[in-house]
Amino acid sequence: MQAATLEFREVTKVYPGASEPAVDRLTLEVPAGDICVLVGPSGCGKTTAMRMVNRLIDITSGDILLGGESVRTKRPVELRRHIGYAIQQIGLFPHRTIGQNIATVPRVLGWPKARIRERVDELLELISLNPDEVRDRYPAQLSGGQRQRVGVARALAADPPVLLMDEPFGAIDPITRDRLQNEFLRLQAELRKTVIFVTHDIDEAIKMGDRVAVMKHGGKVAQYAVPAELLMDPADEFVEQFVGADRALKRLALQRVRDVDLWKVALVREGEPIADVRARLAESDIEIPLLVDASGCPVGWLSERGLAGERVQRRLRSPAEPLIELDDILRDGLGRLLAEESMYGPVVDAAGRVVGVLSLEMIAAALQAPASDVPSAAEMAVK
Amino acid sequence: MSPAPLAQVEIHERTGEGCVAENGFCPGWIADNIDKYWAPLLEHVYLCVASVGIGFAIAFTCALVAHRQRWLIAPFGAFFGALFTVPSVAAFLLLLPITGRGNTTAIVALVAYTLLILFRNVTTGLRGVPEESRDAARGMGLTDQQMLWRVELPLALPEILAGLRIAFTTTVGLATLAFFAGGGGLGEQIYSSRAGTGGIYFQSNVVVAGGLAILLAAVGDLLFLTIQRLAAPWRRTRPA
Repeated sequence: MQAATLEFREVTKVYPGASEPAVDRLTLEVPAGDICVLVGPSGCGKTTAMRMVNRLIDITSGDILLGGESVRTKRPVELRRHIGYAIQQIGLFPHRTIGQNIATVPRVLGWPKARIRERVDELLELISLNPDEVRDRYPAQLSGGQRQRVGVARALAADPPVLLMDEPFGAIDPITRDRLQNEFLRLQAELRKTVIFVTHDIDEAIKMGDRVAVMKHGGKVAQYAVPAELLMDPADEFVEQFVGADRALKRLALQRVRDVDLWKVALVREGEPIADVRARLAESDIEIPLLVDASGCPVGWLSERGLAGERVQRRLRSPAEPLIELDDILRDGLGRLLAEESMYGPVVDAAGRVVGVLSLEMIAAALQAPASDVPSAAEMAVK
Repeated sequence: MSPAPLAQVEIHERTGEGCVAENGFCPGWIADNIDKYWAPLLEHVYLCVASVGIGFAIAFTCALVAHRQRWLIAPFGAFFGALFTVPSVAAFLLLLPITGRGNTTAIVALVAYTLLILFRNVTTGLRGVPEESRDAARGMGLTDQQMLWRVELPLALPEILAGLRIAFTTTVGLATLAFFAGGGGLGEQIYSSRAGTGGIYFQSNVVVAGGLAILLAAVGDLLFLTIQRLAAPWRRTRPA
């Protein structure tokens, strides 16, 4: 189903007996097909805000529009059947098989059996599980990561235009979580659902969000922006503190080495005439030529003595380290340079051929780039 | 134990065997008289099944009502608890003036005793349903009824069956007292000489009638255990 825009208009929630609202005049618009992350410390109202979308919590005042229609005009049960719902504790039904779990919403919607079966298999394949192996198992027979994926598949079962995810990867070990996040971003690149994603983890927010709403106590939005802007230009002290002192580094995680203009370097091969090398050196951004082998793979930085004769000799001042890959994120590139205590390092493509040089200076420059030039991680996954 | 002369004489006259006269354990006598136990056994089964069945219907309904109206759990529990504490013989006798002698009185009393166990187990079972399963069910748009029948009750089923198991075995035992109210059953055989098998003072009779009651309890127990295992296949799985 086509994704729908989701709009919070002055949405307020006051719990009975509470003196302060849990969510206070929340106003934000999520474009169709975007992931909007609600992030903030516990008790900031992010989950409450999310649960008002499918009316698990009643709205005190204001309105939420889904594809232009108020959620208040629909029967809650009907509304929820067309909004995907995935939670941290997953909430798979332990007494039903994986197939039956995924089929929950299609069944209450009254889909024919054959169509449900087809859909279950399709979804299992989508989340990289073998339908024949997993369909008839019980949740207890799956690993935590597999269960979480099934939870997401179940939320997607009736192909809802909107997906609500409450810390869906919260209770999972860091390595599996990273894999599941990437997997979800790939999935999302294909499905293009409008997603409300709740988390307390700013790194996850920056990684998953096309847009991030940082919320603070009292259910107020401190800043609603694309991740790069959040990192570069925090709206207030709270956001600055929340994104952390390492926000510059986090921002580097949003760019890949291939996204920046690499320095040109003079590549030389053993036995080449020096005159050619001199000409190339004049055009390069770095004074030292890089010796490469016949296939273009780096050998090492050439010393002055290597250029002393008529032809290039294999005399190195230092090895060609660290090697940086085009697909590395800038943060990892920086990490490699720092580890080798080097100001710059050759960048190689997938085949190992030198395509340029990455330097600390360039990374510093990348941090000054305007937010609009920096893609979100979700966009990066699409590339 | 000094045998009651009347019973002794009755049996003695009827069978004329030495073993019986000595009030021993007499396989011969048992083989001759076993057919006299079928009717009481069936009566006993009827008492138990009817009581547990009616008791379950009442307790289950109350538990479902209390599931929606939480505040009712305490008063229901207190009421069923009070019924449970009435001494059993007293209950049978107390009911006599109201319902008269017979099956009805016996069943009413037996039902009263099953209520606490069954109500408790249904409530506990429903309360044991993981909150996240409930949240997911509601979030996906299941109605309260769908949630109850598709999620909550199936998950509570093992607990509910455990309650039925306990209730049934307890009732088999209690039903031996039903004869006080004229309810028949194996109790009649065990205690009363009027049944024509010698009553409580004839050992062979007590062994057979008591043994049948125990056997009935064991069979019921096994039956519920089997259903319990069949009804919850997900509990038997191990992580692959």
